[in-house]
Amino acid sequence: MALLIATKVRHHFGGLCAINDFNLELHQGELMGIIGPNGAGKTTVFNLITGVYRASEGSIRLRESELVGMTPHQITARRIARTFQNIRLFRDLSVLDNVRIAQYSKTRYSPLEALLHLGRFRREEQRIIEHSRDLLAIFKLEHLAGETARNLPYGSQRRLEIARALATGPELLLLDEPAAGMNPAEIDQLMDFIRWIREQFQLTILLIEHQMQLVMGICERIKVLDFGETLAEGTPEAIRNDPWVMKAYLGAEAVG
Amino acid sequence: MRATLGVFWDRLMEQRWLLPLLVAVGLALAFAIPQFRLVNNYVQLVMILAGINIILATSLNLVNGYMGEFSLAHAGFMAVGAYTSVLLTLHVFPVAAYPGLFHLSVLAGGLVSALLGLLVAIPSFKVRGDYLAIITLAFLMIVKSALENIDVIGGPRGISGIPRLTTLPLVFCWTVALVWLLRNFVYSSFGRGVLAIREDEIASELMSVDTKRVKVLAFMLSAFCAGIAGALFAHLLQFISPRVFDIVKTTEILIMVYLGGIASIGGSIIGATLYTILLEVLRPSTVAGLLSWLPAVVFDPLNEHFIRHLGVLRMIIMPLLLVLVMLYWPRGIMGMRDFRGFIPLRDRLAHRAATPRGPTRNGTADSH
Repeated sequence: MALLIATKVRHHFGGLCAINDFNLELHQGELMGIIGPNGAGKTTVFNLITGVYRASEGSIRLRESELVGMTPHQITARRIARTFQNIRLFRDLSVLDNVRIAQYSKTRYSPLEALLHLGRFRREEQRIIEHSRDLLAIFKLEHLAGETARNLPYGSQRRLEIARALATGPELLLLDEPAAGMNPAEIDQLMDFIRWIREQFQLTILLIEHQMQLVMGICERIKVLDFGETLAEGTPEAIRNDPWVMKAYLGAEAVG
Repeated sequence: MRATLGVFWDRLMEQRWLLPLLVAVGLALAFAIPQFRLVNNYVQLVMILAGINIILATSLNLVNGYMGEFSLAHAGFMAVGAYTSVLLTLHVFPVAAYPGLFHLSVLAGGLVSALLGLLVAIPSFKVRGDYLAIITLAFLMIVKSALENIDVIGGPRGISGIPRLTTLPLVFCWTVALVWLLRNFVYSSFGRGVLAIREDEIASELMSVDTKRVKVLAFMLSAFCAGIAGALFAHLLQFISPRVFDIVKTTEILIMVYLGGIASIGGSIIGATLYTILLEVLRPSTVAGLLSWLPAVVFDPLNEHFIRHLGVLRMIIMPLLLVLVMLYWPRGIMGMRDFRGFIPLRDRLAHRAATPRGPTRNGTADSH
């Protein structure tokens, strides 16, 4: 069953066409990768899905609901979460608060109850804290709950960002270059980790990555973008052997 | 010895009864002081002003500190609260016959001000930083010139003959209540949303925070408090005019907030109290009093030339203080920190580093 369907999506910034005729069909439980050279429009695709940009044309549907025109928080509340290419944690807040903030839409109390700290407030707050601490424990961050996010080492910040995204309770997770800045050994761990969270949280994952080891290693399907256009789409083997992809991605010399 | 004291202090701060006890003692004092004339009227006036300033500083801190915007509208909200309540006291409610109705007019001042807070929140959806600061400044000026141009409410002459209904216990109760509401708001998912907006607005949206709603709530709550403070202020001064609520008033509140430290309720309380006292100390008569021990040869010429201009100097010293604090002490006295007693116990415990749990629950912690 298709979870996310994008049809004929087009987006331009002024005169520059960033995404042209983008189509995507993502099935439930799938792990798909988007690759392409710098400036190919990969992150723009994420920004269009999550509502940071509003697509100039076309439609993006999650199950039955049209996402184009929704605000990012509405889309996140419909269970799509993401991480960022350059980590965007709430740097001056605690690790715990980073995860707690991501549960905003799942919090069920009114402003009045919040002002008086009454009614559902206490129960809800306790539930949020417990859920947050469980998540932090899964990501081996529990001992850092009170630490300010900016003080965490790079690897922990990456993990926290994924924990924060999962705190929103997604069924579709978008990972923007999760392996950036990692060495091959760490990438191996990351691959296991991504497979594991997919299993554990029953996720559908769409990821952007430059790191071929990771993309070829875990993605079931790969989409290749260049200049906002789809060059190819298929299994890792098919992509590896596609001459067009080799040319665009690895450069003409590599092919010749 | 020092270590023992430190431990004792830590233990004391951990006590849940400490804050309620302090509030109860404060309340008893607030009632006792006017009743038994424990201090003279001047000191009592300064205490009332400190209370009003605490309300103003903590509520502005919500927008300028916790949310990280730079709003200059606070004096405008004060003005709205002051005028609304004064008009109700003088012309609508028979306050002379039923003094209790005064509380209703104060509350109405806060509510009308909160409605205008909603109005100011709307541009904040689109604009941030300097541009929002300019919009809030424009709001302040619009309020002031609107008041100046409505003759029925005295125009630039303002309104005089307001009964003095603001008392120390009343201000104490409002201060405690509003600080409590602000603290509750800050330690809720809405308050965390406010902090997230300061950190990264787009990331907040993507983490499901309804930033528009959070902004509206923060602006309205902040304006509500300022409106209440304005109403109390008007019934203390017994005279209001548009000039009372100009940019100088906003600047004063800004000094309190940044001196005390951003994103800190305790900081704003300290900042407002310090500022109120400092302002009194710098009054010409106080300075003259403080310097009167000097020999007459030195004191008289001083009195003549320096102290006479101190009223003006004050207006130079105070903004200078703001500039210096923002340049060299951007965190203020307790920026981004707070008294432990203000942080709900639930939050404090949740932030503690985990003690090793033994076998992990459901095996989740080690399953990968």
